[in-house]
Amino acid sequence: MCSLCGVLGGQAHWTESTRHAEAFAERVELHTRRRERQEQTRLANAVLKHYGLTLSDWSGASFVLKSATGRSQIVQNLGEVWIAAEALCGRACDPLADDLLQRLERA
Amino acid sequence: MSDYAALIPVNVVTGFLGSGKTTILQRLLAAPDLRDTAVLVNEFGEVGLDHHLLEGATESTLLLENGCVCCAIRGDLQEALRDLYSRRERGEIPPFRRVVIETSGLADPVPIAYTVLSEPVIQHHFRLGSVITAVDAVNGTRQLERHGESVKQAAVADRLVLTKTDLAEPEVSLALEAALRRLNASAPIRRAAEQELSAEELLVEDIFDPAGKQAEVERWLEAGAQAAQQDQAHGHDPGIQSFSLIYDRPLDWSAFGIWMTMLLNCHGEQVLRIKGLLNVAGVATPVLINGVQHVVHPPVHLARWPDGDRRSRIVFIVDSLARERLEASLKAFNGLANPAAETHSRAGA
Repeated sequence: MCSLCGVLGGQAHWTESTRHAEAFAERVELHTRRRERQEQTRLANAVLKHYGLTLSDWSGASFVLKSATGRSQIVQNLGEVWIAAEALCGRACDPLADDLLQRLERA
Repeated sequence: MSDYAALIPVNVVTGFLGSGKTTILQRLLAAPDLRDTAVLVNEFGEVGLDHHLLEGATESTLLLENGCVCCAIRGDLQEALRDLYSRRERGEIPPFRRVVIETSGLADPVPIAYTVLSEPVIQHHFRLGSVITAVDAVNGTRQLERHGESVKQAAVADRLVLTKTDLAEPEVSLALEAALRRLNASAPIRRAAEQELSAEELLVEDIFDPAGKQAEVERWLEAGAQAAQQDQAHGHDPGIQSFSLIYDRPLDWSAFGIWMTMLLNCHGEQVLRIKGLLNVAGVATPVLINGVQHVVHPPVHLARWPDGDRRSRIVFIVDSLARERLEASLKAFNGLANPAAETHSRAGA
């Protein structure tokens, strides 16, 4: 699968631990798919806020990414979030950028 | 994951023009355990391969709409692998248990990896095995200096095989080995002219092979230690380099996934390889991750920690990305999940 072009797949995205149960078999506490998606959404939103975007879970199967002006896009996994985010906000979403890291450290 | 491990492994044997790929392949295929291996070659070279499951493929690449260059599906390979599997199922050819692809000398191995991992039909029957790169000791240094293809082939390798060391001056071979280690600390280097080539080590043992998984992780850890030593000895060279990040505190899987997908989206072409042994928060056993540019394998379970060290260790091979930036960035993302925990990271073993 490809972080950039994950849309081709149809298989579980590598970031979904609950769909790779064997790799995470020895969890010390219960971790459901729902809980994982909530956590992914919460953390991604902490980053997406920097770009004026918000992410929400859509029926436990996809995510919806929205801009402040109401434009939205459905994405299937975390890999696709960043492609859509760049398209919606019109700039690169760089995890190494100083301004983003300063914001995350203050969060 | 057990299903993933049961898929037919596809090894890639690559290397620049004249680097001795076919000779290496000849030697490896002589191993009795590899009798049930199908071989795909891009071009029939001067050295003949006497193998009953030998297929040819011509190079063609299908670019995906909106895809990046490294995420191109190799049309020839797609067709060849689908055809091979279909003939196997129909009983027209013996039921091979492994496929080895010998690339052309100028091939970029990443689209091959992408094709195996992402093509909708192929990914249900095959998985990517180790990438073996042959490097000619006589001409290797010059090729690395002049040809980007040669650098990329060495950087994405899981195993490096130095050929023609019997024809090169010893100091030339040693200098090349040092250059290869700086480029790719995560791949063990073997000398074809002086050492036995173990098919088991080169082709079979990888993190999806239940018997070879532990040995492979030990190689990763050794590579991480080597990368740390190099870092101290050579500082940060511009261009392609290997380094290792070590995190004392457990990593939050969701934060790591957000960070990595964002990093690969923005800088994927500069992140040539990632191999990591992760201590994931809330998981008692290590989780292995393995990526080639934008292509990330499914995470893998390791039954036990290989040593007393429970820290996350990630080996990166990157092109012009500073270690400190990656380190600070992952620390900031991980801090989002657990702001109270001071995530401490540093390079070195």
